[in-house]
Amino acid sequence: MNQSIDPKDELVEHLPAMRAFALSLARNAATADDLVQDTVVKAWSNLDKFEQGTNMRAWLFTILRNTYYSMHRKRKREVEDPEGVITEALSEKPSHDGRLALKDFREAFAQLPAEQREALVLVGAEGFSYEDAAAMCGCAIGTIKSRTNRARKRLAELMHLDDEDDLEMTDTATLAVVTGQPTA
Amino acid sequence: MSKKRRNPKVDQQIDENLRRVYAEAAEEPVPDRFTQLLEQLRQQEQSKQGDEDGTNK
Repeated sequence: MNQSIDPKDELVEHLPAMRAFALSLARNAATADDLVQDTVVKAWSNLDKFEQGTNMRAWLFTILRNTYYSMHRKRKREVEDPEGVITEALSEKPSHDGRLALKDFREAFAQLPAEQREALVLVGAEGFSYEDAAAMCGCAIGTIKSRTNRARKRLAELMHLDDEDDLEMTDTATLAVVTGQPTA
Repeated sequence: MSKKRRNPKVDQQIDENLRRVYAEAAEEPVPDRFTQLLEQLRQQEQSKQGDEDGTNK
């Protein structure tokens, strides 16, 4: 489909997704946009290495996450303030009516380790196959599977969805919020 | 904690929350700094190509 598109033009189309992916890794908007900026510059100067016809988003996301991890290693000693980061990320979005579940979700999600956030977003939100996600993260398929499983399990715990009794109530209520439809 | 089988509905709920939160972030308008950055990169490239063609100097 994108065969005739110049990769330089195609790159622009992936900016919104890159920002969303960066935000899920960095957890605050300023760092996320710095991350996207670095990624764009790197991608631009390496566009000759991008194989036309392959998935550009996967290629860009790979650069982005590698940039994040090398940046994170560098900064690790200066910024070890997970609480502050989470608070900041949360205050970026005002909570609208009926968005309590999403606010809870963001809060819980921000508490996951970066590797789990990454795996869950790639597979659960972007819809990459386990195989593609594993290639992007430079790890085994089984590692991606176990990361997404652990992420879902931890989120269920944090959002108190793992309790069978709670489920009866929250299930309908949350699904109604999420789908915008009554679930009957 | 317990070894009981996870409820698939819970996973479904989590994924729906995830997609919603992610989509919300992806729907945000891209700030001007990125348009400007790409414009800059294009200009740099053009002037570089100019050098290679010998049109500069």
